[in-house]
Amino acid sequence: MSEVKKIATRDSYGNALVEIGREHEDLIVLDADLAGATKTCIFQKEFPERHWDCGIAECNMTGIAAGLSTCGKVPFISSFAMFAAGRNYEQVRNSIGYPHLNVKIGATHAGISVGEDGATHQCLEDLALMREIPGMVVINPSDDVEARAAVHAAYDYVGPVYLRFGRLAVPVINDTPDYQFEIGKGIVLREGCDVSIFATGLEVSEALEAAKLLEADGISAEVINIHTIKPLDEELVIRSASKTGRVVTVEEHSVIGGLGSAVAEVLCEKAPTKLLRIGVRDRFGESGPALELLHKYELDAEGIYKKVKAFAK
Amino acid sequence: MNNLELEKIANEVRKGIVTAVYSAKSGHPGGSLSAADLFTYLYFEEMNVDPKNPKDENRDRFVLSKGHVAPALYSVLAERGFLPKEDLVTLRHTGSYLQGHPDMKHIPGVDMSSGSLGQGFSAAVGMAAAGKFDHKDYRVYSLTGDGEIQEGQIWEAAMWAGHRKLDNLVVIVDNNNLQIDGEIDKVCSPYPIDKKFEAFNFHTINIDGNNFEEIRAAFQEARETKGMPTAIIAKTIKGKGVSFMENEAGWHGKAPNEEQYRIAMEDLEKAGEALCQK
Repeated sequence: MSEVKKIATRDSYGNALVEIGREHEDLIVLDADLAGATKTCIFQKEFPERHWDCGIAECNMTGIAAGLSTCGKVPFISSFAMFAAGRNYEQVRNSIGYPHLNVKIGATHAGISVGEDGATHQCLEDLALMREIPGMVVINPSDDVEARAAVHAAYDYVGPVYLRFGRLAVPVINDTPDYQFEIGKGIVLREGCDVSIFATGLEVSEALEAAKLLEADGISAEVINIHTIKPLDEELVIRSASKTGRVVTVEEHSVIGGLGSAVAEVLCEKAPTKLLRIGVRDRFGESGPALELLHKYELDAEGIYKKVKAFAK
Repeated sequence: MNNLELEKIANEVRKGIVTAVYSAKSGHPGGSLSAADLFTYLYFEEMNVDPKNPKDENRDRFVLSKGHVAPALYSVLAERGFLPKEDLVTLRHTGSYLQGHPDMKHIPGVDMSSGSLGQGFSAAVGMAAAGKFDHKDYRVYSLTGDGEIQEGQIWEAAMWAGHRKLDNLVVIVDNNNLQIDGEIDKVCSPYPIDKKFEAFNFHTINIDGNNFEEIRAAFQEARETKGMPTAIIAKTIKGKGVSFMENEAGWHGKAPNEEQYRIAMEDLEKAGEALCQK
C-alpha cells in the first residue's frame, strides 16, 4: 500500500490565504502572536503589509476585525480554537454576529489532537459555541483539499464564518477530480444500507477506515462527510437516516452541542431514528501524543468500528 | 457654529434624551446627559458626516463604546437630521428600530453596534487602522465611559492603537465619576486616567467636558497631534442639566416618572430660555 499523503489543515489555511491574497486586495489577515502555529506566517511572508499581528489580545483582534469589515475589508482573524471561539465568544457574538459583519474566524488547533499541550488548549466546545450564534456559518473541513476549498468559499460568502482547523497532519482523502465544496452540502463518500455514519473534520477519514472494518464483518456503512455543521445539510441527514434506520455521528468535539447535537435535533423533529453520538463525552482532554489520545478516546478508526458494530447489531 | 449655538442644540439634545427615556420607561439618562455636550460638538462641529449620505466611505466615524447612552446618540442623530425626532419616543419599544443599545443594521448614522462594554473601542481602532491602510483622510472618534475603562479590552485596544500610531483616532472618556455601583474610585479606581493612556502612547488632554470652549480646543489639539492617537479625558457631571439627576448614581439606568419628567423638562425649558436671553 502506498504511503498516504498527510497535511495539517492549518497549513491548508495558510496556503489558501496566500491564494486569496494574490487575487483580492481587501483581504487582511489578523493574528494574535500565533502566526507560526496558525500558519498565517505563510501569508505574512508574501503580504507583510496585510498581515496584522495584534499581540496576545484575541478580544481586541476581534473588535479590530469588526471595525475593518465596516470599512470594506475582509478580515480573517486567526488563533487557536480555544481562544478564537472560547475566550472570544462574547466578542464574536456581539461585535461580529449581532451586526452580521463580514469577518472570518480561522480557528486552528481544535480538538484533542492538539496533543501534548493538554486540556487548556484542546477546545472541544467551539462548534457548540459558534453554532448557536444566529447567522454564523460553521465549517469543519476534513483534509487539505477541503480546507483550502472552505477558506475560498468563506471569502466568497458575505457574512461571518467560523472555520475549524487542526494541528495534526491528516490523510488527504478528497483529491478526486470530481470533488466539489459547497457550504451546507454534505458529501456521501461511501454508500451503505445498514448504518449511516456522519463524520466531520479529521473523523471523516477515520470513519472511512472504520467502514472498511465493518464491511469485513458484514455491516454496510454509509459514510457522509459533514464539513458544514451550520447550516446543516438536513435533507441529506434525513434521506440517509431513512434509508439505513440507524445513525452515528463522529466528531473530535464534545457530544454536547456539536455535530451530534445538530443531527439529533433534525432527526428528533423530522425523522426519529436510533442515534449514537461518538465524540468526547462531557469531559476535558489531557496531554499526550495526538494519535495516542485519539486512540484512548476511541476516536480513531478502531474505536469507531467497535462502537458502531455494537450499535448496528 | 459659536458656543452659544452649540449650547442651544445641546439643550435640545438633552430634551430628546429625557423624553426618549421617559417614553421607554427604562434606559440610561445619567451618562447620556453628561455626554450631551460632547455629542453635540462631535455631530455639529467636529465630524464630517452627512445625514443624506450616512454610509459615505470618506465620512468620519463614531463608535459609541459606552453603548448604554444610546438615547444621547439617537437624540443628537435626530437633531442632526439622520432620523426623525418624533421617532425618539419609540426608544426600546417592541418593533422599534431604536434598540436599547446602538444597532448599526437598522439605525441611520450608527457606525457600529455596541453595548457590551469594552468592545466598541476595538472596532473604532479597526476603523482607524483601515483608514490609515487606505490612505484616507477620515477620522475616527469613540466615546467610552470612565467605568467602562475597567474592562481589560479597552487597554488591549489602547496598546495596539498606540503601537500603530493611529493619529486619526480620538477616544473621549466621559469622566462623570459614577458607575452603577457608585463612585468609580470607590468601586475600582481607574485613576489616573490620563497617565494610563499616556503610558499606552496616547497624547492626552484633560478638559471640562461640559464646556464648549474647552471641548473645541481639545478636538483642535487632537487634530494637530501627529504620530499618536489622542485621549480626551472629559470631566463631566452625570445627569447634567436636570437638577435632581446631577451627580446621582441612582440615575445611571432609571427612567423618570411622570412628575419627574415634568420637572426635568421644566429645567431644560428654563435653561433654553436663559440661553435665548444671552
